[in-house]
Amino acid sequence: MKAFTYERVASPRAAAEAVRRNPGAKFIAGGTNLLDLMKLQIEVPTHLIDVNHVGLDTIEATPEGGLRIGALVRNTDLAADRRVRRDYAVLSRAIVAGASAQLRNRATTAGNLLQRSRCSYFYDTTKPCNKRAPGSGCSAIGGFSRNLAVIGVSDACISQHPSDMSVAMRLLDATIETVMPDGASRSIAIDGFHTLPGDTPHVETVLQPGEFITGVVLPKPLGGKHVYRKVRDRASYAFATVSVAAVITGDRARFAFGGVATRPWRVTEAETRYGDGAQAVADTALQGATPTRENAFKIPLLQRTLAAVISDIKA
Amino acid sequence: MDFNEAAGTNPIDQTRVVGHAHDRVDGPLKVSGRATYAYEFHNEAPDAAYGYMLGAGIGKGRIEALDTAAAEAAPGVLLVLTHRNAPEQGKKGKGSARAQMASAEVRNFDDPVAFVVAESFEQAREAAHMIRVRYVTEPGRFDLVAERGNAKKPEPKGSTLADTAVGDFEAGFAAAPVQLDVTYTTPDQSHAMIEPHATLAIWHCDRLTVYTSNQMPNWAQHGLASILQMEPTDVRVISRYIGGGFGSKLFVYGDIIITAMAARKLQRPVKMALTRPQIFNHTSHRPATIQRLRIGATPDGAITAIGHEVWCGNQEGGTFETAANQTRLLYAGKHRMTSHRLAVLDLPVGNAMRAPGEAVGLMALECAVDELAERLRMDPIELRVMNDTQFDPETGPERPFSSRKFVECLRTGADRFGWAKRNPKPGQMRDGHWLIGIGVAGAIRENLTMKSAARVTLDPQGQVIVESSMTDIGTGTYTVHAQIAAEMMGVPMERVIVHMGDTDMPEAAGSGGSWGANSSGSGVYAACDKLRRVLAQKAGFNADDVVFAGGKLSQGNRSVTLESLADPQGLSVEAEIDFGDLTKRYAQASFGAHFCEVGVDLATAEVRVRRLMSVAAAGRILNPKTARSQCIGGMTMGIGAALMEQCVVDTRHGYFVNHDLAEYHVPVHADIPDMDVIFLEELDDKSSPLKAKGIGELGICGVGAAVANAVYNACGVRIRDYPLTLDKILPHLPPMV
Repeated sequence: MKAFTYERVASPRAAAEAVRRNPGAKFIAGGTNLLDLMKLQIEVPTHLIDVNHVGLDTIEATPEGGLRIGALVRNTDLAADRRVRRDYAVLSRAIVAGASAQLRNRATTAGNLLQRSRCSYFYDTTKPCNKRAPGSGCSAIGGFSRNLAVIGVSDACISQHPSDMSVAMRLLDATIETVMPDGASRSIAIDGFHTLPGDTPHVETVLQPGEFITGVVLPKPLGGKHVYRKVRDRASYAFATVSVAAVITGDRARFAFGGVATRPWRVTEAETRYGDGAQAVADTALQGATPTRENAFKIPLLQRTLAAVISDIKA
Repeated sequence: MDFNEAAGTNPIDQTRVVGHAHDRVDGPLKVSGRATYAYEFHNEAPDAAYGYMLGAGIGKGRIEALDTAAAEAAPGVLLVLTHRNAPEQGKKGKGSARAQMASAEVRNFDDPVAFVVAESFEQAREAAHMIRVRYVTEPGRFDLVAERGNAKKPEPKGSTLADTAVGDFEAGFAAAPVQLDVTYTTPDQSHAMIEPHATLAIWHCDRLTVYTSNQMPNWAQHGLASILQMEPTDVRVISRYIGGGFGSKLFVYGDIIITAMAARKLQRPVKMALTRPQIFNHTSHRPATIQRLRIGATPDGAITAIGHEVWCGNQEGGTFETAANQTRLLYAGKHRMTSHRLAVLDLPVGNAMRAPGEAVGLMALECAVDELAERLRMDPIELRVMNDTQFDPETGPERPFSSRKFVECLRTGADRFGWAKRNPKPGQMRDGHWLIGIGVAGAIRENLTMKSAARVTLDPQGQVIVESSMTDIGTGTYTVHAQIAAEMMGVPMERVIVHMGDTDMPEAAGSGGSWGANSSGSGVYAACDKLRRVLAQKAGFNADDVVFAGGKLSQGNRSVTLESLADPQGLSVEAEIDFGDLTKRYAQASFGAHFCEVGVDLATAEVRVRRLMSVAAAGRILNPKTARSQCIGGMTMGIGAALMEQCVVDTRHGYFVNHDLAEYHVPVHADIPDMDVIFLEELDDKSSPLKAKGIGELGICGVGAAVANAVYNACGVRIRDYPLTLDKILPHLPPMV
C-alpha cells in the first residue's frame, strides 16, 4: 500500500469538490474491494475521499413507480428492503447470493457496480495483465482461466465480471445517476454503463474521472416470477461459475447472466427466443462465445442451468 | 521411563478426569483475545521493528539486477536485507531449515528476494514494493504429468520404504479371476490454517529468542542454530499458542530465519508475518500424486493381490508423499507391492500436511475398493470385512495389530447411518433436483509415538504445574495435559497449571503426525509418576499402593495433604517417556469408517454433502470433546479435498497461481452439514501408558473417498481426478429434458 492522504466529506457536492482538488483521488465507501487492491498496489490512489457520510443511504419511491436506491445503501439493507423483496426479488436474491454477510454489511450499492476483476493474474503483480498494467499482455489467455469469461472477451482480456447484484440490475434496466466534478449530473442506462474490454480492459465503465455515483433508479416493477440461480464451486462465498437472473411474466421473459462474460450479460434478442426453449435462448445469448479449453464447460453449464430455471418457474 | 511392555493397570485407568469431555482450559483466553500469538508479544518487545518479505516473481532462475536504493531511502526504513548483505549461513538444519537469500538463485516462486525492516508495517510494505528486480528465468520442471517418466526411486522417508513386496504381485494379479486396474490423481493442496507464519526475534547479546508459530519448537531451535551457526542452547523458541498448523508449521521457513538475521543486524527486535499469498508458494504444500491401484480378487471377494504405485514430485532433495503406505496394512492378500517414485520439480517445496500419506492414499485406495465391490457385485462394506486382517499382512500372525476395530467401525457406522437403505445401483435416489448417493470408506492412520519429557512441580499451595516444550496447535493439548496431571496427582483440573511451547522447558514430542497428545501426555504421565513416588517416600508411604485423591495421598487410614509435602520453593521432578520396540512387535494404527450422503444437482453437477458420519477406534479417547473437534475438523478438510481444494499450477511460470483464499477454496460453513462422530470403546496397552492412539489426523483419512463413492452412487459418474468439481461431472450427466 502506498501512503495516501484522506479526507471525509459530508455531501455529494463536497465529494465533487474534493475530487476536483485531487485528480489522483478515489472515493471510498465500504472499501471491501478497494482496500485489498491498495494493499497489493494494484490500486494506488494518492488521496482517499471517504463518502460514507454524504447521506444517500435511503431507498425512496419514484414518481414513476420505481425505486431510487441511494449510492451508499448497504447491500444487506438493499436485499432486506421490503419493497425490493416484494417487487424486485431477483435483485434481493442476487445480492444475498454474493460475498458473505460481513461483506454485504459493508458493501454499498455504488461500490458493488464498480467491483473489479477476480482474475488471479490481475491480482498477481508479478505477471502481465492488461487490466492492471495496460499493454503488458494477458496472462490468463493460455493460463489459469477456468472461471473466466467465455463471451465479451478480447485478445487483451478475458476476465469475468464478478458482481451478482449488477446482473440483476442489468436485468431490471436500472439507471445509474451521477454527479460530475463540475457539479453537472447525468443518468446512465446500465446497458451502457459497463464497457467491453476491447483494447482497453483497464477501462471498465463509462464513468469519467472524478464522476460520483449518487444512486441507482429502478423502473416500475415488472411483476412475474423472479429467480436468481448462482452456480458455484462451494455452497457460499464463491464467485459465480455461471449465474442466471430471470423474470418471467406469462410468455415474456428477461434473462441476464453472470460469470460468463466480461460485463453483466444480457442479450435482448435471446429473450425473444423464449418460446423456443432454453437451448435456443442460451444459444442466442452466447452466440460468438470463444471459451478457453478450461472454461468451455460454462457453455453447456449455462444452458443446463437456464433450462432448470425455466422448468422451475413453470412448475 | 521406558515403555517396552504393554501397560498394566495404572492411575489413568481410574478415568476420574481423563476420558471425560472437558472444555478447553485455554478457551476463555482465546475467545477473549488474551491468548498471545507470535506476532502479539508487544510487552516483550515494545520497540520491535516491522519486517516485510519481498518474494521472487519467477518460478526458477536468478536475480540479475536488484535496485534497492529507493526502498533504502524510503521513510522509516531501517534495513533492506538481500542476498548481497545477508550474513553467511550454515548448512541445512533440522525442521527442513535452509538458508534464505544466500545467493542470487531463485529456487521457487516467493523465495525471498529482499526483506525490508521499518518503523511501521506500512512503511516496510511500501518500501518493499519500491525494490526493482530483474530476473533471468530458467526453464523449470513444473508439470508432474510430464515429469512422471523421469521419476526415480527415492531414499526411504523415515521408516517408509520406497518399495515393498511380498509374494509375487505381478503373477498373483495376472492370475486373479477379477482384476481392477485404475489410476487416480490428487492435486497439490495447501494447509490454509488461520494464523499465518509469524515470528518476533529478540537478541540478548548473543542469545536469540524467537516467538514464532511452530508445531515443533525443538526442531526449529536446532534448525535455526544450524543456519545461524550458533549453539542450540543459545536459541530459545517460544510457541505458546498456534492458530492452526496442519503440518505447515512443522518446519522452519523464511519468517523465522530472516527475522532472526535482521534483528541481529539491527540489534533491535524485529517481527514479521507472511502474507496469505506468500504462504502458498513460500512455505510447503501437500504434493500432488498420481496413483495406480491394481487389485486382484477371487469371485467371492477375497483379495489375492494388491499393488499401489505412487508418483509425485518435489524439489531436489525433497521427500516423497507416502501415499501407498497404508496399503501395506489395511487389507489382507497374499501378493502385495507398494512403490513410490519421485520426480524433481521446481515448484515450491512439498511436505507434510495433515495425515501425509494416508490422506491422499486412501482417496485412491478406498475408491478402488468401491470399484472392486461393484465389479464383484458385492456390498462395499462386506468386501472390506471379508478382507480384514488382524495382523500385519506382510509379516503374518507374528506381528499382530496392537488393537484394530476396523470391522466394528464399519458395522457400527452402517447401522447408525442407515446403510441398508442405500441402493447399490447408482442414480436411483432423488430428492427434488438432487440425485442422492451414499458412500463409505475405511480409515487408517499409522500410530506414531515420539519420546517426550515434562517437568511437574508441586507448589506450596498444592497446585500442580506442568511444563514442557509441547505445543497446542488448536488440538486441545493444554487441556489433555491438565487432565492427565489431575488424574495422576488426585487434584481437580483447576489445581493444574499447564505451560508449554518453550524450548527452555523439557523437550516434548511436539505436534505432528497425531503423536502429540499420546506421546507428550505420556511424558506428563512419566513425570507425575515420578512425583508420586517422591511424595510417597516423603510421606513415608509405600509408593506402590498409595492413593492420590482429593488433594491428598492416602494409605490405609492415614492421609497427608499434597501441599504439606511441597518445599517452600516447590517440589519439581522431570521425566521422559521413551518408546521402545513395541511398534515393531505390533502393528499400530487408529481405524475408522466414514459414511457420507451427497446430493448432485441434476442440472449443474454441483455436489453438496448432506450428511457425514465417522466412527473411530483410536484407543482411549482422552477428551471426547477435543477429540471430536479434531475429527470434525479432519472430516471438513476431507470434504475440501474431495470437492474443491487444489493449488493450480501455472506450468508456464512455475507457481501456484490461485494463491489466496478467494481462489483456493476450502469448505465454508454452508458446505458442512450436520456431522456425527462416534468413538468406539478401545484401550491400546501397547501404544502408551495412556492406552490412547493418535486421533488428530484420523478424521481426514478416507473422507475424500467416502464423498467420491457417494457421488458415484448418486449419479453413476466415477471421477478419478480430484477434486470432483462440477466441470468434471457435468459431461457425464444425462441431457436435460
